[in-house]
Amino acid sequence: MRNILTTSLITHAARPDFAFLTGDLGFGALEPLRGVAGDRFINCGIAEQNMISVASGLGRLGFAPWVYSIAPFIYARPLEQIRNDVCLHRLPVCLIGNGGGYGYGVMGATHHALEDYGILCTLQGMRAYIPAFAPDVTAAIGRILAAREPAYLRLGRDELPSGADLPPYSPWRRLLAGGGGTMVIVGPLAGGILAVARELPAEARPSVWILCELPVRMEEIPELFLAELRSSRRLLVVEEHVAAGGAGQMLLHGLALRGEVPPRFEHRFARGYPSGLYGSQDFHRKECGLDPGSVLAGFRG
Amino acid sequence: MRELIRNAKLRLLRMHFEARVGHIGGNLSALEMLMTLYHRVLAPDDLFVLSKGHSAGALYTTLWSVGKLREDDLVQFHQEGTSLSGHPPATGIPDVIFATGSLGHGLGLAAGLALGKRLKGAPGRVFCLLSDGEWNEGSTWESLIFAAHQRLDSLTLMIDLNGLQGFGSTREVADLGSLKEKLESFGLDVEAVDGHDALSLERALLQPPTGGRPRALVARSIKGHGVSFMERKMEWHYHPMAAEQYAEAVREVTES
Ligand SMILES: [Mg+2]
Repeated sequence: MRNILTTSLITHAARPDFAFLTGDLGFGALEPLRGVAGDRFINCGIAEQNMISVASGLGRLGFAPWVYSIAPFIYARPLEQIRNDVCLHRLPVCLIGNGGGYGYGVMGATHHALEDYGILCTLQGMRAYIPAFAPDVTAAIGRILAAREPAYLRLGRDELPSGADLPPYSPWRRLLAGGGGTMVIVGPLAGGILAVARELPAEARPSVWILCELPVRMEEIPELFLAELRSSRRLLVVEEHVAAGGAGQMLLHGLALRGEVPPRFEHRFARGYPSGLYGSQDFHRKECGLDPGSVLAGFRG
Repeated sequence: MRELIRNAKLRLLRMHFEARVGHIGGNLSALEMLMTLYHRVLAPDDLFVLSKGHSAGALYTTLWSVGKLREDDLVQFHQEGTSLSGHPPATGIPDVIFATGSLGHGLGLAAGLALGKRLKGAPGRVFCLLSDGEWNEGSTWESLIFAAHQRLDSLTLMIDLNGLQGFGSTREVADLGSLKEKLESFGLDVEAVDGHDALSLERALLQPPTGGRPRALVARSIKGHGVSFMERKMEWHYHPMAAEQYAEAVREVTES
């Protein structure tokens, strides 16, 4: 998704409020943006706390800065700067974290971001955008620019299966209709699940939804989703994020407030490092039961 | 200026006494710097960030002194439903552009403002008042490196070098030796000044930017300055004044 990020931001680089800050990362991807943005592309060095404060200073002067690092480095070290400098002032600063979840695979646990959007969504005015597929990145960027609020854009690997018919971007989209329960997936791992699920008979497979923006806004939940849920009486939320503060908890909370909690709720989430061993993103997903086979095996009508 | 500062000091003491609020020591060490900045230096295009947010009282009093806060505002200090919280608020006071109070944020914010002005081609300078204890924070050094590297010469740091921090003297807790030499070694244009001498402060603050280097005034000061029983005493980072202490403080300041 980094390449589409670069090409999308290049289309906005001439805006007077454009500024792009990086924490010394982006080699091999951001060079074309740097070439176009000139002095509005600022390598802040390996100093994330300062980078967020600088972005806030820019935000105060009318800029809408993009602040880039890899996902694990963008939200945790400078959390107080994000809370105080960005969010207390509701500044239009967008944090971009590349490689959310287990995205950096065998690079190891320090490079994973398993609690990023949950933590960030506790902050005033913060909205997390989690594109599921590469084309979503461009649409999410447009929405971030329009919102002019604190934002977090969590990027990953594009796993859209070939031949898939992707509906236009929206916080909620149904990718697949099915009679075997209702599934909500956050993030790119939706691609692999979709590829398997679509081969199943319609009555046996779940109805697959993807959710791309958090916190859950109740008014954005489609009526179709609620109607399906009332009839399926069974909800599974799948996300590459820990359970605490994740989309599953947020969604269930919202449904409970509306009196729409389904009789059966299941949750697949990042469980850290159950074996204490490290491997690829797929290795970690499998350890957590987040691989398509495990997700669908436990969820058939 | 002397009379203005004396009045501000009396108003500051009264505000803290009436609100039964501590933190008075670090407010008294910074008051002349803030008063000089606001009365003599800041132009309409200039911006200020109070990085040592615990000197909010001195900032509010200074804003009152220049007519940007009213008497009605000051009596709300530390009260329920106030904009004048114990540390500068995120909203409610147009001249306070950032909520501060956690140390180590202000210099990066100020650097962002200075960078933003340069990118926009906008006029004006940016001033940032820091404490000396604040140099324990790694983020302050991150921002120092950034400001020097980016050649943000519209940025001026004012450092309230009162020698005391939260639970000890700066020498006991984390001795930095000569902060002036350290800042110079990072490429800043540094001047040592008397933090209680308004004329020296004014002259130093009005110095034009020099050749791409941010400026820093290392302002030697006295915590609790002007009230003999508070001077250089760490406990006045915390204590509110009793009635007799307030009366004594007022007497000393009035007679100074
Ligand atoms: Mg001090």
